Amino acid sequence: MRYIEPHGHMVSRTTDDYQAMALAGCAAICEPAFWAGFDRKTADGFYDYFCQLTQHEPKRAAKYGLPHYCWLCINPKESEDMKLADDVLALIPEFMKAKTVLGIGEIGLNKNTRNEMRILEKHVELAVKHDQLILVHTPHLEDKRKGTRLIMDVLKAAGKVKPERVIIDHVEEHTIGEVLDQGFWAGITLYPESKATPVRAVDMLENFASQRVWLNSACDWGHSDPLAVPKAMQEMRRRGHSAAAIDSLVYGNPVRFLSQSPNFKDPQALR
Amino acid sequence: MSDPNPLAGTPRRTRDQVADLHFMDARYKLLDLAAFLDRLEKASGPEDHRVRGLRAALPLLLSAGDDRVAQILHLWSDPSVAPIEKADTKAASGVWPGLK
Ligand SMILES: [Zn+2]
Repeated sequence: MRYIEPHGHMVSRTTDDYQAMALAGCAAICEPAFWAGFDRKTADGFYDYFCQLTQHEPKRAAKYGLPHYCWLCINPKESEDMKLADDVLALIPEFMKAKTVLGIGEIGLNKNTRNEMRILEKHVELAVKHDQLILVHTPHLEDKRKGTRLIMDVLKAAGKVKPERVIIDHVEEHTIGEVLDQGFWAGITLYPESKATPVRAVDMLENFASQRVWLNSACDWGHSDPLAVPKAMQEMRRRGHSAAAIDSLVYGNPVRFLSQSPNFKDPQALR
Repeated sequence: MSDPNPLAGTPRRTRDQVADLHFMDARYKLLDLAAFLDRLEKASGPEDHRVRGLRAALPLLLSAGDDRVAQILHLWSDPSVAPIEKADTKAASGVWPGLK
């Protein structure tokens, strides 16, 4: 069965993962900019990273027949250094010209600090100015509920942000309702230990049926699973959900959200 | 909180069917949790705030209702609302350290 991986950090994955995803039915991969596991010291480091996301990674994915898209930003873990963050923000408009850029992301908060908030506001301004989609990372664990609420406040305060053009990712049982109630899209991230397991994700889907939810693996350099989305699909099948219901969730929903960017092409139409 | 809005087409299930699908998974997780608590018993030193949070969540497992996961996540969440001035770490621990 086909699916879209709407959030995968493929720069941290091996070529074998691309092959496994393609074999499992993946039809396209979208890669938000994120933290490398250490703090980059210079804007040049980000320049190279954005080149990797917009030029190198699409070629690697194409070897397995996979369209590769990306999102650009400096992530909240690195936005305590405001000067660096400003320098990186200044680089982004040039890279937005690449044909595979979907928007600004994954932006958001990590420890819910004032500096993180300021850089989040600047990213939101940039997205509004350039009419870009927004992909939001919500904080981990005990910081998630507070951070999710602060982020939604920033998005609403910005005035011109259309909630249907924003996906708030890494929702869990205690945040998904608020996110959907305010009109945003919600992303459920499937991680082996933190965030949601495939089983819990399917419970959430059964409880919060929505046309505005997607599933992703957020596979990166940490404990994560590039095949988490197909595993959640298998869980849905085990529970008796129809093939059409599964397809509409793991393929139809991401295609509907992402197609709001003129750069995204429905993989179905490319075949 | 949102109104309940079940996914259309979600098959109705009996408790037996749910147990057939997920009991063994829950069984090994419960035994792992018990083993973790036993291991802590044999260790020395004061109680870690994360373990305190885990113990505080255990009664919620036996409470009524169908939103135990959300209740536990709310219990472990930082209840403050204002951004903090500066963080002393990039990481989160899993349980708000102020939880009593
Ligand atoms: Zn991510």
